[in-house]
Amino acid sequence: MKVKINGKIAELDASLSLLELLEVKGIKPGQAVIQYNGDIIDRDSWTDIVLKENDELEILRFVGGG
Amino acid sequence: MGFYDVYKAYQETGIGGWLKNTTPERVGAAVGKSRVSEWDFLAMLSPAAEQKLEEMAQQAHRVTVRNFGRVIYLYTPLYLSNYCSNQCVYCGFNVQNRVQRRTLSVDEVEKEGQIIAETGLRHLLILTGESRVEAPVDYIAACTERLRRYFASISIEIYPLEVDEYKTLISAGVDGLTIYQEVYDPVTYDQVHLKGPKKNYLFRLNAPERACQAGMRTVNLGVLLGLEDWRTEVFALGLHARYLQDKYPETEISVSFPRIRPAAGRFRPRAEVSDRNMVQMITALRLFLPRAGITISTRERAEFRDNLIKLGVTRMSAGSCTEVGGRLDGNGHDGQFDISDTRSVKEMKEAIRKQGYQPVFKDWVAM
Amino acid sequence: MDVLRIGGKEITSRLFLGTGKFSSDSLLPGVIRASGVQVVTVALRRVDFDNPQEYMLNYIDRECILMPNTSGARTADEAVRIARIARAAGCGNWVKIEVIKDNKYLLPDNYETLKATETLAKEGFAVFPYMSPDLMAARQMRDAGAAAVMPLGSPIGSNRGLKTKELIRILIDEIDIPIIVDAGIGRPSEAAEAMEMGAAAVLVNTAIAVAEDPVAMAEAFGLAVRAGRKAFLAGPGAVKEYAEASSPLTGFLRDTEQ
Repeated sequence: MKVKINGKIAELDASLSLLELLEVKGIKPGQAVIQYNGDIIDRDSWTDIVLKENDELEILRFVGGG
Repeated sequence: MGFYDVYKAYQETGIGGWLKNTTPERVGAAVGKSRVSEWDFLAMLSPAAEQKLEEMAQQAHRVTVRNFGRVIYLYTPLYLSNYCSNQCVYCGFNVQNRVQRRTLSVDEVEKEGQIIAETGLRHLLILTGESRVEAPVDYIAACTERLRRYFASISIEIYPLEVDEYKTLISAGVDGLTIYQEVYDPVTYDQVHLKGPKKNYLFRLNAPERACQAGMRTVNLGVLLGLEDWRTEVFALGLHARYLQDKYPETEISVSFPRIRPAAGRFRPRAEVSDRNMVQMITALRLFLPRAGITISTRERAEFRDNLIKLGVTRMSAGSCTEVGGRLDGNGHDGQFDISDTRSVKEMKEAIRKQGYQPVFKDWVAM
Repeated sequence: MDVLRIGGKEITSRLFLGTGKFSSDSLLPGVIRASGVQVVTVALRRVDFDNPQEYMLNYIDRECILMPNTSGARTADEAVRIARIARAAGCGNWVKIEVIKDNKYLLPDNYETLKATETLAKEGFAVFPYMSPDLMAARQMRDAGAAAVMPLGSPIGSNRGLKTKELIRILIDEIDIPIIVDAGIGRPSEAAEAMEMGAAAVLVNTAIAVAEDPVAMAEAFGLAVRAGRKAFLAGPGAVKEYAEASSPLTGFLRDTEQ
């Protein structure tokens, strides 16, 4: 299954929830914000949303900035 | 929040005690500041500031020249009507006074306008008493439309209006409003305005703000000196001007310092205001509001007016006449007050030039 | 106690810290401690899965107020989107609006910034627009509900100091919400000068981040901001413009009074 994560196509073997995806990628849930197909998704819903073909994800977090 | 709340808030801080306790050193510190605060302004109005008067005058002169150059704008009043339903104890048009009442026809207004225009003046101030029956808004609008052919700028000094009425007059060609609160102290205000619509203190107080809201280009405020302690009154005047400047930056705010002159009814000033006091208030106001226009009318003596030119004044009346139709037949109807500086426009021009200033007849053109 | 009430919070440190451009985020705890800052700006970026890094916020004292910026936004809409995402990250409702289309000088677009300010203030954000110091625009930002305005002292990262001083002074005189000088401050003395003028706070990033010793420089900025603030509150004496006496202007009064 192909999904787009942060502008890059990624191949996923199984259907993962958003939370499971973060775990796979090694990102602590408290450190990220997810925009899923253009919508900002509440943390509470990260277990409910399961990725499907052609989904687009932006996974963002804070960095240093002025 | 309107200006009254601002005024009240300052009153509650005990202005009188502050004025008394100000030292000349405190005044000296205020004079040189690039941004003069409300409290600096109050310090400059204190009795202690009299010792720093020359310093204030020098600074006021520099600030005025820097902001306005060496020019004095000239205007003249044209009285349309002296019908009035008010009883203001100090005014010649008081309804109780037995003066001849008259409202000029629009044709007469035009004729008097032509006479004024021949002297070269292009800024006109038209005045009425407070009578919505004898001098209604429509009539003032009609006069304005007729006078526009001869003048670059027409200001009104009439009874306070509603926002929509100001808009009506603006579309007729009015670009300036002069309205004096006369006295900011509400108790004294009530005592000197015995009867008539002018008893409504707040409606008058908020008139300048309504004119700003209507889109008036210039608004000119004033206190009638001699009704109340001038220090607290001029402080209120400065606060009012600053309030409007801050809230309506697109309107040009200016102030006047009319000192009570003898008029029919022979009212005696309730509070003395000396020439020295006048100089103090004008220079203090200039330092507090560097960009505000300051007007001195022909109520003041010629020689005194000449000396004020360098101290912060930017506008003067010339060739004035406070009688309705006075320039048409000149048969001595009773004026609103007695004129002190009776020089002609030509003489005024010369006097201003002699001080090293340029007399300006036309500041800008309304398109 | 000299407290700055801003964006629904009360703070005592008037130095805000930008956290970009540090050689390592691990410097931040020392910098924050040495300067005493209570507000830090942060940016929002895509997670880079190829270069795993320690999460930057782990270096930021939990007591600090985070002010995410909208850097990268070229329009009001983009800034609004970034602000909403930042809020979803759960770090409060402060946001610094930064809309920059000009890649040469990195000067902000006041018009787009105003539009974003209007939208975000209505959504309950405490909005801090970064702007060119223009009085009309600042009035509009205030009217749109900005918590403060942040005029630039000179272009971002230029370290050129308070080149826009006269314009900032006008904002301080005329705008009745806090004025925070952001961008261009290169030295502690310039930060002190902004504070002496009456700025509510200053935001410093590059000057600290690129110093030889960022921690020591952070401390220097902290002291300078406190000194400048204290001087402002103390009310400096008047600067006399002219020393020489001119011919008297009030002499005529004596003649008439006799």
